Amino acid sequence: MRTKILQVGRRLLQALPSVFGIIVISFVLTRALPGDPAVYFAGAMADKVSIEQVRKSLGLDRGWVEQFGIYVDNLAHGNMGMSLSTGRPVSEELLSRLPASIELTLLGLGLAVLVAVPLGVLAATRPGSWIDHLCRLLVTAGVSLPTFFTGLFLIYVFYFLLGWAPSPLGRLDILYLSPPQVTGFYTIDSLLAGDLETFAASLAQLVLPAATLGLFALAPIARMTRAAMLGALASDYVRTAKANGLSRATVLGTYAFRNAALPVLTTLGMVFSFLLGANVLVEKVFSWPGIGSFAIEALVASDYAAVQGFVLSMALLFVAVNLAIDLVLTLVDPRVGLDD
Amino acid sequence: MHRRDFLKTAGVAAGASILPFLRFLPAEAAGRADTLVVVVGHGINSLDLHRKGTNRPSYQVTVNIYDHLVRFGVKTLEDGSMAYDSTTIEPEVAESWTVSDDGTVLTFKISPKAKFWDGTPVTSHDVKWSFDRAVSLGGFPAVQMKAGSMTKPEQFEAVDDMTFRITIPRPSKLTLPDLAVPVPFIINTKVAKAHATDKDPWATEYLHKTPAGSGAYKMARWDPGQQFIYERNEDWALGAKPGVKRVIVREVPSAATRRALTERGDADLYMNVPAKDAKEFKEGGKVAVSGAPIDNCLHVLGLNLKHKPFDNVKVRQAIAYAIPYKDIVAAAAYGRGKPMFGAADMTPADITWPQPFPYDTDLAKAKALLAEAGLAGGFETTLSFNLGLADWQEPTALLIQESLAKVGIKATLDKIPGANWRTAALVEKRLPMHLENFGGWLNYPDYYFFWAYKYGHLFNSSNYKNEEVEKLVDETLHMDTANPQYEANVKRMIAIAFADVPRIPLYQPYLDAAMQKNVTGYASWFHRQLDCRAIHKA
Repeated sequence: MRTKILQVGRRLLQALPSVFGIIVISFVLTRALPGDPAVYFAGAMADKVSIEQVRKSLGLDRGWVEQFGIYVDNLAHGNMGMSLSTGRPVSEELLSRLPASIELTLLGLGLAVLVAVPLGVLAATRPGSWIDHLCRLLVTAGVSLPTFFTGLFLIYVFYFLLGWAPSPLGRLDILYLSPPQVTGFYTIDSLLAGDLETFAASLAQLVLPAATLGLFALAPIARMTRAAMLGALASDYVRTAKANGLSRATVLGTYAFRNAALPVLTTLGMVFSFLLGANVLVEKVFSWPGIGSFAIEALVASDYAAVQGFVLSMALLFVAVNLAIDLVLTLVDPRVGLDD
Repeated sequence: MHRRDFLKTAGVAAGASILPFLRFLPAEAAGRADTLVVVVGHGINSLDLHRKGTNRPSYQVTVNIYDHLVRFGVKTLEDGSMAYDSTTIEPEVAESWTVSDDGTVLTFKISPKAKFWDGTPVTSHDVKWSFDRAVSLGGFPAVQMKAGSMTKPEQFEAVDDMTFRITIPRPSKLTLPDLAVPVPFIINTKVAKAHATDKDPWATEYLHKTPAGSGAYKMARWDPGQQFIYERNEDWALGAKPGVKRVIVREVPSAATRRALTERGDADLYMNVPAKDAKEFKEGGKVAVSGAPIDNCLHVLGLNLKHKPFDNVKVRQAIAYAIPYKDIVAAAAYGRGKPMFGAADMTPADITWPQPFPYDTDLAKAKALLAEAGLAGGFETTLSFNLGLADWQEPTALLIQESLAKVGIKATLDKIPGANWRTAALVEKRLPMHLENFGGWLNYPDYYFFWAYKYGHLFNSSNYKNEEVEKLVDETLHMDTANPQYEANVKRMIAIAFADVPRIPLYQPYLDAAMQKNVTGYASWFHRQLDCRAIHKA
């Protein structure tokens, strides 16, 4: 166990250079954006003098190296700066928005896994059957339907026509208060507060956007499950297991699926990180106050601190998710050690 | 941070006697007469207009929760829609005012009925501090105050507790209306000063999140990026009691979602509806649409005189004859634009502004003018537009491009992201041919000319320079409209704009809002924000 902790520590240390690289690159790239934040934030009628005043007060009249020094110094003190477009500290902004995105993404991913993994397994065990074709259809649909289309379509059918879904107004319908913040996940926080109405309301708000995301995330997972299962089923150890007369369930579950789970888990990590940043369109359509729409607005306004904060937090999250996946892999598969 | 959030939430929950409905209510709650649900595309980013970086949607906070010395009246238009009336100025915090004989000293009597939310009276010292703040913090507020000839704190004087005086360097018709725009709002100085620091003498950090005012509504809650809630100030005595107790403004970024919410009846009011949706709402008949042409605002095609061949007036006129005006109004503005073409005469009959220009789509005339300019074979140029305003600018640009091709002008479209637009078009003024949409808050033609036709001024993106216009604008800007010279000067300015066309007007845009049929009292304002004080719900 102690060696494992040491190994985790070493992995984290290995991530440091890449995180520093990300800080440098995000800093340089945001400055290379063509917009001029001083002009943008000086407002509709500002003239040259007031634009210069704003530039000075934002510290943008200093050199890049000096600005970078200040930025790194602030980061070291845990200060990510102020977001100009929202007028709040970036860290506060990220802390309030990240849980919204993670809650939505996890649920969407959960739905996708629930559907995609059994589907992929069934498709692999019965290649060419109707279930294999269904798998192919869903995968194609998931890849080819843009998420904003799926989102709008679901809103049109379930909210506008049928009236089953609540109004697509973000995390809670108009007349609910957000539960006292503990984790930032409304579903969990409302349960902790023992408030079942709010729990039901927040879950109802989640269904359509999570389904939209799920359909999108389903494709890579189902494909990977199917391919990995096909590979495992064709392998020598499965043939041996079958030849030894083991039951079909044992062969599929213990031998084939456990081995096939490894690439699927790796894919899950990738899909999760990708979804978190890429579900901007879903967030826009469902008015979800998530991190993606925050990043897009910050980019449009050349809001340097916010863009850098977003990139940095996504990078850290990516490192964390990959580390977690690696650790899970060692549990699933004893052949995978951390020291290789 | 978490603790504060928690306390805030717990505080609101504990105050359940004030907001009993907020924990949950059935879905029909949106139909309740005392609560108005508003959907908007862009949220606010500050509760303090004077702060740097405060975005345009945030201006509505100032309108609804703060009071001003004076305000504009409201008038009913021919089609029954209501709009603000730039010609009437009503008392608000100032119960009366006098102007000295030479026109340079304005003295305001503060109304004893004006009370801050904490019950203390509004005094001239509060007004003085607030006005000092508006001219001292720089940026947009300072520019807007300057339009009313107010530039430094020494101009403001608290004569006694209830008398406030503004001294301006020369008489100006713009000063009084400039007091009715959102910028000079009145802050509870005692509260603000208690939170000011040496580094932040104007309490910008405090007022950014915590308003301190006297207005008809208070800010009950603000969840950045999601919603904010106004709560009626029951003690407000400076006007008719607002019709709704509570206004919930929800941020819904997707226009399609906003439309679905409105059609389903879950939203009572939808501010700033895109022209296409406004037209279809009107045809659908389920929700009411109220809109008015935006005063002193034009969507124009700008021709940059620093770029050849636009320095040649014949080329500019040729282009003015080659614009497909009718198609633009129909396909880009969806009919929600007032035509600005087809006037009969090269000299204006009156001083109405904006008014139709004496051009119409006439390709033969355009070709003839190009030939006179020695460009019978046409030329190549770029037509730039702002992606942030793509809903009207993209179709407009395509229509113009197609029509210009017919007279031999090959225009390449150049899409500029919203964040870069201001730098390229207005600050550097480097775009040869571009679409522009300036609208002046103060409704005087000379004010429009000041910003859009004077050389070097921000919205003169055409780099247009005409000595006569420079002189006329300087002479007219502060002149009283009753002065006989005023009409002559403005007519002359318009005549020059007709002949020189550095800016070719396409149409005057509308500001539209859609609402449920039980919502009344909506008026459109020059600041293009929702003033919910007059709104009633049956």
